[in-house]
Amino acid sequence: MPDQQIKFYQAGSFVAGNRLLPPEQRSVQSRTERSNTLTSGHRACQGCGEALGARYALDAAMRATQGKLIAANATGCLEVFSTPFPESSWQLPWIHSLFGNAPAVATGIASALKAKGRTDVRVVGQGGDGGTVDIGFACLSGMFERGDDVLYICYDNEAYMNTGVQRSGATPPAARTATTKPVGPEPGNVFGQGKNVPLIAMAHEIPYVATATVAELRDLEDKVERAMEFRGARYLHVFVPCPLGWGSASRDTIRIARLVKETGMFPVFEAEHGEVVSVSKIRRRVPVEEYLRLQRRYAHLFGPNGHPEVIQRLQAIADRNIKRFGLLADATEGADLPGPATDSAGFPAEEPEPVQPLDADSNLTRLLVETHGSPR
Amino acid sequence: MLEQKEGSQAVADAVALCRPEVVCAYPISPQTHIVEALSDKVRTGELAPCEYVSVESEFAAMSVAIGASAAGARTYTATASQGLLYMCEALYNASGLGLPVVMTLANRAIGAPINIWNDHSDSMSQRDSGWIQLYAETNQEALDLHIQAYRLAEELSLPVMVCMDGFILTHAYERVDVPTQDQVDAFLPSYSPRQMLDPGDPVTIGAMVGPEAFFEVRYLMHAKQMLALDLVPEIAADFKDAFGRDSGGLLRTYRTEDAETVVVALGSVLGTIEDVVDELREQGVKIGVVGIKCFRPYPLDEVRDALGHARRVVVVEKSFAVGVGGIVGQNVRLALSGGGPTVYDVVAGLGGRPITKRSLHALLADALADRLERQTFLDLKADIVEREVQRLQENRLSGPHAENMLRDLGIVAARPH
Repeated sequence: MPDQQIKFYQAGSFVAGNRLLPPEQRSVQSRTERSNTLTSGHRACQGCGEALGARYALDAAMRATQGKLIAANATGCLEVFSTPFPESSWQLPWIHSLFGNAPAVATGIASALKAKGRTDVRVVGQGGDGGTVDIGFACLSGMFERGDDVLYICYDNEAYMNTGVQRSGATPPAARTATTKPVGPEPGNVFGQGKNVPLIAMAHEIPYVATATVAELRDLEDKVERAMEFRGARYLHVFVPCPLGWGSASRDTIRIARLVKETGMFPVFEAEHGEVVSVSKIRRRVPVEEYLRLQRRYAHLFGPNGHPEVIQRLQAIADRNIKRFGLLADATEGADLPGPATDSAGFPAEEPEPVQPLDADSNLTRLLVETHGSPR
Repeated sequence: MLEQKEGSQAVADAVALCRPEVVCAYPISPQTHIVEALSDKVRTGELAPCEYVSVESEFAAMSVAIGASAAGARTYTATASQGLLYMCEALYNASGLGLPVVMTLANRAIGAPINIWNDHSDSMSQRDSGWIQLYAETNQEALDLHIQAYRLAEELSLPVMVCMDGFILTHAYERVDVPTQDQVDAFLPSYSPRQMLDPGDPVTIGAMVGPEAFFEVRYLMHAKQMLALDLVPEIAADFKDAFGRDSGGLLRTYRTEDAETVVVALGSVLGTIEDVVDELREQGVKIGVVGIKCFRPYPLDEVRDALGHARRVVVVEKSFAVGVGGIVGQNVRLALSGGGPTVYDVVAGLGGRPITKRSLHALLADALADRLERQTFLDLKADIVEREVQRLQENRLSGPHAENMLRDLGIVAARPH
C-alpha cells in the first residue's frame, strides 16, 4: 500500500485540519459535548465576527470551567442580537446591565461568589470596543487594579456598530465611520488618536493579557483556556470584523481577520504579569493595502482620487508593530510550512488574491450602500 | 444595648447586623464614616463572610451592587450628593431589574456651586428612580430603618434607599439602642432570591424588551411600590413587636388631633419643628406635625387622612424643583386635591443653611395670620439675587452664578467685569 502523504495544512490557510489532530488538541467547537453557549437563532448579521468570537471564546471558557460560568455583558450588538425578549441565545447564566458597567457587574458577581465560597464558579465580562475602551473603561481599569477574579473579553470591531458605525477610541486611523467620513482635508479617522487597551491592561500588571483574531480560532480557544488557569483580572482582546460597519463581504470576515495579523496591523500576542511572553508570528507578510482593499471603510484611500500617502502611513504603523513585537519569523522558522517564507527583507513576491466584487443583489450590499453610500 | 455613638457608626452596626455579603462603596462626604466602619468590620472579620469592594466610582459601586445582588448576595452601598447623581443610570437599572440592594444616602446638596452640607436635593432628584425612599428623623431611626429596609427590599425584590441627613445625623453623637445579632437574625431571614445567576439553573437577566412588554415591566415596579404601602407599616409593626420601639412606617403624626395648622417635613428637621410646635401649643395654638417617613411609594391616602381636617398645611422642605417650586409640597397638594386646607410651600435649609427655631416661629406666625405666600424660601437673602437679576438685565454678560453673587456678599474678592 503506497504511503499517502498527509497534507497538514489542507485549506491553504495555515489552519491545521482539526480531524488530523490528536483528540486532546482538537478544538472545543469540534467536540460533541461543546456547550453552544451562544446558541443558534440569534440575530447577528451574516459574517459577524463578534458572534463567532463570542461563541468560540465562551464555549472554551465553559469547557475550562466545566460549565460553571457566569457572564456579564455590556450593551451593544452582542447583547441586542442575542437577547430580544423573550428569546435568549445564551445557555449560561447571563446578565446585561448597562453599556458602561459590564466589568463592575462582573466584579459584583465574583465578589458574591467569593463571599459564598463558590470560587468554583468563574466570571466572564464581555463587550464591544465601545463598551470596553470608551464608556466602560473606568470600570475595566478598576477591575484590573483590584485584581478581581474576572476574565474580560473585548470583541473589537473598531467602532460603535450597534448605533450605526460611529467612531470609537478603537477606530483605526483613516477608517471611515459615520462620524469620521471621508470629507474635509483629512478623510476618515484622524491619525495619532485612539488607545491600545491590551497595552494599558498590561500596565496594570494583571496576570494575563492576550490578543486574538477570529481567523485563528484554535488560538482564541487556547488563550481562553490559558486565561482560565489564572485567578485575578485577565483581559482578552479579540479582533472581530464587522461586515456591515466595515463594508466588507460576509465571506471575507475570516480573511480580513487573517490579513490584519499578517500585515502587522494587529499584533497577536500573550502577556503575563505585564510582560509579553509570546507573539504569533506573521506567516506570510502582506502589505496593508491587501487588508485595506477588502473594506469599504478604506475605499477613499484607493482609486484616482485616492490617498497613497495615507496608505503609507498605515503601512508605517504595521511596520512599527512588526518591529516592536518582533512579529516576523526567522528564516528557519516555519520552513516546513507551505507557502512562501517571510523574512525581514519584506513581502513575498506573490500576487495578492484578487478581490471579488460584492453581490449587487444581496441584503448585505443594500445595507452597505445605506451605511457607506454607493460603491465607487 | 444602649451606646453613645456617631450616627454613621450606628448605621454601620445596623448594616453589619444584617449580614451583607458584598459591601461596595466609593468615598464621598458625609457618607465616609459609614463605609470606613464597615471596611474595619470586614478586615477584622467581625463581619464575615463579606467582601468589601473598594470601587473607583459611585457608578461602579452601584454596578458592583447590581452584579452581586443578581448573583444572590445581600448587598449594601452608601453614597451622597454628586455620588448619587453619578450612579443615576445604575440606580434605574437596579430598580428596573428588581434587585433588593439597600443603600444609605447621607443627604447632601448638589452643585454647582459645590457644597458638602445637608439638604434633600440629592434624594429628591431620584424620587422617581423606582427606589423605595425612607427618611430617618433620628440616628436611632436610621439604625432601625436599615434593618427594616432589607426585609422590605427582599420581600418585594426592589431596592431601598435609606435617607439620613448628612452631618446633622451622620456625624452627630447620640444615644442609640443597638440590637443584638440574635434579635436581628430573628427579624430578618437570610436572603433567598427567586431568581439569580446560577450555573445550575442558567437564566438570562436584563434582556432587551420591546414595546410588547416594556410597559408591563415598568408598571410592575409601580405595582410593587403600591404593595409597599401595606408592607412598610406591617414591617414597622413587626419591628415594634421585636424591638419595642416605633421606627419607620409611612408617616408619623405629632399633636395633630385637633390641629388647624399642620407642618409637614422629612428627616431630622422634624425635631426642631416639634420643639417649635410645643412652644406654640403652650400659647394655645392648635398646631401639629406630620413627618413623612416613606416618600416613595408616596402614601397618598395616609397624607390625606392626616391633613384633610386642617385649615392650613405648611410644608417645610429641603429641596425644590427649579422652575416649579417645592417637591414635597406638590405631592402634598396631590393628596389634598379637590379641596381641603391651604397648602404653603416653604423651601428651607438648602446647602446646610440652618433651619432655626427663630425662623420657624416667624414663618409660622405669618402662616397663622394667613399672610404667607403660597411659595416661600425661608431666610433667602432675596436682595442679593435681585441685584444679580438686575445686573443681568442691564448687562447680558453670562458667567458663573455663584462668583457674581458672592462678590456682593464680600466673601470672594472677584473683580467686577
